Amino acid sequence: MKKIASKLLMAIMAISLLTVPAFADTIKVGAILAVTGGASFLGGPEARSLEMIVEEINAKGGINGSKIELIIKDSAASPEKAISFARQLIEEDKVLAIIGPSTSGETMKIKNICQQAKTPLISCGAAEVIVNPVASYVFKTPQKDSFAVKKIFMEMNKMGISKIAVLAGNTGFGKAGKGQLLKLAPEFGIDVVEVEVYDKKSNDLSAVVAKIKSNKDVQAVINWSIVPAQAIVAKNMRQAGWDVPLFQSHGFGNIKYVEAAGAAAEGIIFPAGRLLIAESLPDDNPQKALLMAYKKNYEARYNEPASTFGGHGYDAITILAAAIAEGGNDRAKVRDAIENLKNFPGTGGVFSFSAEDHNGLDIDAFQMMTVKDGKFVAYTGK
Amino acid sequence: MTTELFIQYLMAGITYGSIYAIVAIGFNIIYNTTGIINFAQGEFVMFGGMIAISLLQYMPLPLAIALSVAITMLIGALIEICFIRWLKAPSVLRMIIITIGISIISREVAVHIWGESIRSLPYFIGNEISSIPVLGARISPQVLWVIAVSALMVVCLGIFFKTTSVGREMRACASNRKAATLCGINTQNMVTLSFVLSAGIGALAGCVMSPITYSQYDMGTGLAIKGFTVAILGGLGSSGGAVAAGLLLGIIEAFSVSVVPLAFQDAISIAILLIILFVRPQGLFGSKEAAGLSEF
Repeated sequence: MKKIASKLLMAIMAISLLTVPAFADTIKVGAILAVTGGASFLGGPEARSLEMIVEEINAKGGINGSKIELIIKDSAASPEKAISFARQLIEEDKVLAIIGPSTSGETMKIKNICQQAKTPLISCGAAEVIVNPVASYVFKTPQKDSFAVKKIFMEMNKMGISKIAVLAGNTGFGKAGKGQLLKLAPEFGIDVVEVEVYDKKSNDLSAVVAKIKSNKDVQAVINWSIVPAQAIVAKNMRQAGWDVPLFQSHGFGNIKYVEAAGAAAEGIIFPAGRLLIAESLPDDNPQKALLMAYKKNYEARYNEPASTFGGHGYDAITILAAAIAEGGNDRAKVRDAIENLKNFPGTGGVFSFSAEDHNGLDIDAFQMMTVKDGKFVAYTGK
Repeated sequence: MTTELFIQYLMAGITYGSIYAIVAIGFNIIYNTTGIINFAQGEFVMFGGMIAISLLQYMPLPLAIALSVAITMLIGALIEICFIRWLKAPSVLRMIIITIGISIISREVAVHIWGESIRSLPYFIGNEISSIPVLGARISPQVLWVIAVSALMVVCLGIFFKTTSVGREMRACASNRKAATLCGINTQNMVTLSFVLSAGIGALAGCVMSPITYSQYDMGTGLAIKGFTVAILGGLGSSGGAVAAGLLLGIIEAFSVSVVPLAFQDAISIAILLIILFVRPQGLFGSKEAAGLSEF
């Protein structure tokens, strides 16, 4: 009897020895990002932000004692690769959650896969369709494009602009933006008199600028793209001696495009997250401290300017980390924790998720900005 | 259509057209000596722009451009010496596939050196917003640079091929390689020279157009397709044909914007290429006889 009891005790001890490390086990987090390829300006900063934040978390001893193991897969913006990586991460690596993909097109391809596998997905894609209709396990961090459109139209109403021309790149982002612009324009009493779509590889648009310039009704131009053509449109307009206001999408929030457009970038008006003007925010802004810290750490570590795109990655991993602190290594609990997250400051805005809103941001997440002396500044009107 | 709009389209068309023509001339020079299409021609343009941008940190603009053209010429020579020269009795198909390989390798090398971001040289005169009024229209001074440099290149090449002995040897090699060899011309060196020459003019074009179109590691493919279309349209091997066809295609593209949506601009040039290949395979300005003699 005594022998059995001691054996039992030993067995219990052995089991507890085995299970104790399991409590302090690593938590696997997958990420599918376009680190290379055409969308590398999104995926590159996102991946670097994730690596930086995960290292910071692990250096502090992890979340509740568990370290994060980050598995980044480079999709090169290919939806086919995104699909196979999503399956691999869920079935083979058995990750807790997936961050990414960088683009809206890829996200839509894996939305159902993650939903069926009940694996939380926090996308860095901008399009509204990712969270509308809501899939219970799918979230996104970038601001909705409809908010950007509304913000621009509100500014136009203030400026008394009612007839506009729309230019868009033929990417998923450009098409989605063009759709929102055309859909929402009537609500604001704005008449879209010219619409043109250009190839994402376009390297000179002077002919099409001449065409829309010849329409004397046009009071302002909105260009919606995330490709270098944003800089080309600006140059071609100013070279043609055309000085109507040029509005761009939140895709313009990369100082490289300002550098590329040079003097032609001056005065471009666009909505963007506050990361770009972190220094000039008032001290009581809830985002200021984290924006400054993120910007400083990122720029010191990678020797390149922080962009709002990297910020989407930062938001995704910090939201997930907060949810893990709440729900542990359990997919369903983490999902619930994200949905219950309220007033959580990130780079893109202050997130308040709910069962209906899996983006968590409102229209105030955007701030109208302009370019002055080659730098982003808050736009305060004329 | 107002005169202003007409001039604006015309100038845009001439700008595109001159760039296409220069790339097409690069195709033609190599085609004439080897009978192959060098699909890495667009990469020479890319290298020209990218190298000049990197060199600009250390030296003034004219020197950076000159050195970049020289370096690209060296790259052209190395490509020929490493990949083409040692082939024994190469078939045309084999050489074309080699040039496609070179083009892919060049892009990969470029993405590792310069990354994926767009870069550009500064405007030679003025800046991004300066423009010159031309008959009511306004054009960037850089457009005049592109047109002038392209015209100058065509004239210089013409003089080089007509009057210098090396130029004549290259032409001899082009019209009949075997006979040229029998006359004591080192045809292999002529092939190398043709790569050097087309790399050089490609690189110069890459520098002049960089302020307008920007330079990026993968810009070569698109240019090669347009340049190839123009070379075929003008008749392979004919420099004059390339200039005429280049301007024609550029102007058609620019004016097409007023009729069809901008998104169809590229479809138009490809449609023209297909029509020409069906209806007049020797090109608009090439003779049927010459087309029949080529190795295709």
